Amino acid sequence: MAKILLEMKNITKTFPGVKALDNVNFQVEEGEIHALVGENGAGKSTLMNVLSGIYPYGTYTGDIIYDGKVCQFHNIKDSEKLGIVIIHQELALVPEMTIGENMYLGNERGHKLAIDWNTTYSEADKYLKMVGLSESSKTQVKDIGTGKQQLVEIAKALAKQARLLILDEPTSSLNEEDSRALLDLMLGFKKQGMTMIIISHKLNEVAYVADKITVVRDGATIETIDNHGTEPVSEERIIKGMVGREMTNRFPKREGVTVGDIQLEVDNWTVHHPLYPERKVVDNVSMYVRKGEVVGIYGLMGAGRTELAMSIFGQTYGVNITGTMKIDGKEVKIKKGADDAIKHKIAYVTEDRKGNGLVLSQSIKVNTSLAHLDAISNHMVIDGDKEYAVAEEYRAKLKTKTPSVEQLVGNLSGGNQQKVLLAKWMFAEPDIMLLDEPTRGIDVGAKYEIYCIINDLAAAGKCVVMISSELPEVLGMSDRIYIMNEGKFVGEMKASEATQENIMALILQSGRGD
Amino acid sequence: MNENKMSVSAFFQKYTMIIALVVVVIFFAIITGGKNLLPGNINNLIAQNAYVFVLAAGMLLCILTGGNIDLSVGSVVCFTAAIGCVLMDNDVNMWVAVLAMLAIGLLIGAFQGFWIAKLHVPAFIATLSGMYAFRGFSNVVLGGYQVSISNETFLNLFGGGANCYIPDFIRQAMGTEGKPNLTCLAIGLVAVLIFIGLKLRKILIQKKLNIHQSIPAQLATTAIISAVVIWLTFKLANHKGFPTVLIWIGLVLGIYQYITTKTAMGRHLYAVGGNEKATALSGVKTRNVYWFAYASMGLMAGLAGILTAARAKGIDPTYGEGYEMDAIASCFIGGASAYGGVGKVSGMIIGAVLMGVINQGMNIVGVDSNFQKVVKGLVLLLAVVFDVLSKRQKR
Amino acid sequence: MEKNVVNQSAIRKADPVSMLKQNAMLIVLVLVYIFFTIMTGGRMFRPNSFNSLINQNAYVFILGCGMLMCMLTGGNIDLSCGSVVCLLGALGATMMVMWGWGAGVSILLMLVVGLIYGCGLGAIIAYVRVPPWIATLAGYLAFRGLGTSILSVSVTNSISVKDNQAFLDIFSGTLFKTPEGEMNIPCIVVGIVAAALVVLVIFKNRATRLKKGYEVDELKMDVIKSVLGAAVIILVMYKLSLAGGIPTVLLWVAGVVLVYAFITSKTTVGRHFYVVGGNIEAARLSGVNTKRIMFIAYLNMAFLTSIAAMTTLARYTAANADAGKNFEMDAISACVVGGVSASGGAGTVLGMVIGATLIGVINLGMFQVNLDANYQRVVKGFVLLAAVVFDILSKKKQK
Repeated sequence: MAKILLEMKNITKTFPGVKALDNVNFQVEEGEIHALVGENGAGKSTLMNVLSGIYPYGTYTGDIIYDGKVCQFHNIKDSEKLGIVIIHQELALVPEMTIGENMYLGNERGHKLAIDWNTTYSEADKYLKMVGLSESSKTQVKDIGTGKQQLVEIAKALAKQARLLILDEPTSSLNEEDSRALLDLMLGFKKQGMTMIIISHKLNEVAYVADKITVVRDGATIETIDNHGTEPVSEERIIKGMVGREMTNRFPKREGVTVGDIQLEVDNWTVHHPLYPERKVVDNVSMYVRKGEVVGIYGLMGAGRTELAMSIFGQTYGVNITGTMKIDGKEVKIKKGADDAIKHKIAYVTEDRKGNGLVLSQSIKVNTSLAHLDAISNHMVIDGDKEYAVAEEYRAKLKTKTPSVEQLVGNLSGGNQQKVLLAKWMFAEPDIMLLDEPTRGIDVGAKYEIYCIINDLAAAGKCVVMISSELPEVLGMSDRIYIMNEGKFVGEMKASEATQENIMALILQSGRGD
Repeated sequence: MNENKMSVSAFFQKYTMIIALVVVVIFFAIITGGKNLLPGNINNLIAQNAYVFVLAAGMLLCILTGGNIDLSVGSVVCFTAAIGCVLMDNDVNMWVAVLAMLAIGLLIGAFQGFWIAKLHVPAFIATLSGMYAFRGFSNVVLGGYQVSISNETFLNLFGGGANCYIPDFIRQAMGTEGKPNLTCLAIGLVAVLIFIGLKLRKILIQKKLNIHQSIPAQLATTAIISAVVIWLTFKLANHKGFPTVLIWIGLVLGIYQYITTKTAMGRHLYAVGGNEKATALSGVKTRNVYWFAYASMGLMAGLAGILTAARAKGIDPTYGEGYEMDAIASCFIGGASAYGGVGKVSGMIIGAVLMGVINQGMNIVGVDSNFQKVVKGLVLLLAVVFDVLSKRQKR
Repeated sequence: MEKNVVNQSAIRKADPVSMLKQNAMLIVLVLVYIFFTIMTGGRMFRPNSFNSLINQNAYVFILGCGMLMCMLTGGNIDLSCGSVVCLLGALGATMMVMWGWGAGVSILLMLVVGLIYGCGLGAIIAYVRVPPWIATLAGYLAFRGLGTSILSVSVTNSISVKDNQAFLDIFSGTLFKTPEGEMNIPCIVVGIVAAALVVLVIFKNRATRLKKGYEVDELKMDVIKSVLGAAVIILVMYKLSLAGGIPTVLLWVAGVVLVYAFITSKTTVGRHFYVVGGNIEAARLSGVNTKRIMFIAYLNMAFLTSIAAMTTLARYTAANADAGKNFEMDAISACVVGGVSASGGAGTVLGMVIGATLIGVINLGMFQVNLDANYQRVVKGFVLLAAVVFDILSKKKQK
């Protein structure tokens, strides 16, 4: 049996009001690829932040034993000295600086007071070759694509003499091809004796690359699955661990809904990237949604789903948008700006509720009324009583847990924030709701409640478009599914006919088609 | 990368400010009948703008960290100068006074930096309060009156009075008198030779390591810069010689050029301004970076206080007003980004010179001093609008 | 936690600690006032002090409202307002004195010039996206210069408007003037009416909330609030009545403050300002025209700057090259001391008014105890810093 490189013992980490990690135990053997899986908010990233010293020693309890020694990391530098290097999900690169400068940021070559740029760049080039990049290290980071930026991150880690490499969702923003290349690169490193921890929610990738899979749920490690067998571990097996039960009743039944006429129809929709107008982000997409229907759009991150939805929603994303849009059979031209889209009774519920959905520093009340202030105001004067009543109504309807609607949204949990976001858009009284990752980062119970809300919306005759990168959710909630990859729709199927296998097959085929 | 084939528009975009500088110099040369290029005026240009170069160097670091500025520098300049003048007026040793001025500048910078770095007090508020407070303190120290300096050494050394030039040792040794000032020429020549030597070494190393950089382009810039320096020293040699204040300017600019290009701290300044989160995740203590920027700004304010006091042969409580604006304007005209992360010492120098040339040109032509402020404001605005628009086009 | 049952109002219990925290600046204001009253042997409490407090700080209240709107959009500021006050003052004086135009035309033209500037500034900031403090820094340099060069027609760099009585009456006169020391009846009447209005509004609000079943404060809290509010108003008006009557500038200040308090708390536009400062992307995706909000912020700032320019011109009865110097700093300080967030999205007109009054009281008090003018500046600087640090620390603790 190989030597244990890392052992995390009885790790407990609390944030004000939340126990993020509860007595976690975790072991990694030297030279293996160990996957950490779990739902969003389960505690995977927190665990890795404890390991890398981002949450310094003293802010958690328990022991980190690395290479046989008990370690106390006070900052990132401490852990990096021992070769523990973490690559974060959001890329930690400075776009205006060159690849070489980025790779040695905080780790400069030469003396602190005299950086040796020649060494920097020649060493940087060496590591870039190791990860299979042919770019010069003098290229600015903003000039290369996300896939290559991810490789730069890995080269940066290698330059720090990594022994234990932690990759947090390394493929989340990569297309299929780049993802596969990255995973193969990892397997290559393993052969050279490197130890790696990968956090991923793409279970097929986990099964492909990992030797062991540890499941984290609700701040605790549930089990460690061995993946050494001849057959890779099935995804269902992993999901069972992640969710804690069989997934038969994860989705509430939608009953008594009659699917009506086509309400939204989009034809030959093409959207270009705002910064690089020659790049097509959405490529000739055609779709329709009926009243009372829930249509799922499945695709990996970066497939163009958010961009599609936002371009429909008053061109809030993209340039040179072409194509036609019909609402109730009539062609409409929506002017640039969310206000006109709202007037056409379209709502877009963003995937990034903290970044561009909610005003965290304001109350539930203010957030709820924001998209439809006209309805509670008279000649631009807000009727405070009406506003309060509306906020109360939606609080009760969506069962938002809060002492009062005057509570600041920033103080709510993720699930309740999502409900406030939904309340805001339901109050805007749309006919068409574009829901982008409506259950991202919220716990299983809250997810179920969100699903119920979606069903209610459909029952009320709204047409619902649900974008998601969680396949089970798409399969469980949709009436019909569009599959999107690299800006194109690569398939459409009824939910009853869809399976994980045939959806993934469609995506893989389309990737090969290029 | 095809650096050799730079399109015409890219060329203009890269060198806009240099081209603007050349155009402005020629414009004023025509309007004033060449008066602005007289040796005496070239000398004045340096002496009058010494504080701008020094303060702008410090300001550049603050701006790099994310478009932050220091509004207090004008007041701090006045305060440190006031302390120094009062000390010297009371017969304190000149060097003690100089050290005290620098130390106080540094302390003030560190104090303001503390609030900005540790508590995340917005920079403009922390330094705004410093702007009030230190203007008040200066008045208190000076008792509301002007205090003058009679210490000749101090004046000569820091660019004040009639003899603030490096004596012409060479002609003294030769026993001759007259112009041009040979020492001045020698200094210029040596500086150019060192510069060329360093450049050639760099090119050789690049060749050895197979780093691709266009060699003709590098040689051309080296030649142009050398020519400008030689021309400048020639002009100065035909005036009174090499002004001592230029030593200080050169020293500061050299050190800041080094800090921004060669040191880890320099990198961190750019990185914090470019993407603060990424920088923190790379293990950089971002707090220290902010702290460093403001402490260095304070030190430069102290030095600028020395230079200002020397040039004016004293200090009165209104000195230094508006200095922060000059420093900020130089940085932005020199291409520093108002959002941080972008900007160079060389650009800042061009920005400062451009502002100086415009000011002086207007002075010679006899433009009303109030109207000069209007022009200054417009130039600043144009520079930033240009910066914002040109970036937008690139995208 | 009490549950909200429909049609039965929950009573929000008064919690002394959070009350103190919420009203910290108000309490500081009272303490500082008492301190200076003792230090000056009661001079702070004389009618004249009330009069000067209002006259000296009128511009702070007016500009403070504009600065508040700018700061709400995301901690943006306007550095140019002081210089614009100088320029507009110079223009106004030139029109009224040099060209002999009437007060009405001159006021209108000052306003037009101010608004044109506001449109230009707003466009550059909102649509070209030049960072506000740079755009206004340019204005700070340029307009001081322009104003001074207009004034340089006079040897003293100053044009007196003391002969234009109409203009002075509008901006620095006294309503129903009576000799000093004599009780001014209209002033007292206005005070009593205003106090009654405050009490009425508080209790009417309470009644509607009770009727609809919303959460209300304890009765005694509302009583205390209305008694205090009414008492302060009557006291101020009583003192003013002894100082000769209601200064017209108070009407301007009160008008501006009330209008902006209404805009920020009750209108959709006001709401948009808070949301843009809180999360500009969320605002955009909720259909708020964020660029227009930025534009309005600076256009509005220019509008209020024009009014401040008029009151300043009238107060000094002359246009000076120094007019408006550091006004921007005073306005910013008033906002920041009054709890307006330096990063945007939070702050109220009431808070700003308290901040401005506090600074005004400190200034007047320092003046009356004959503190050296230079130390006054030092104190000002530290008050500003202390206010921000206090704001940041108190927010940190909440988290």
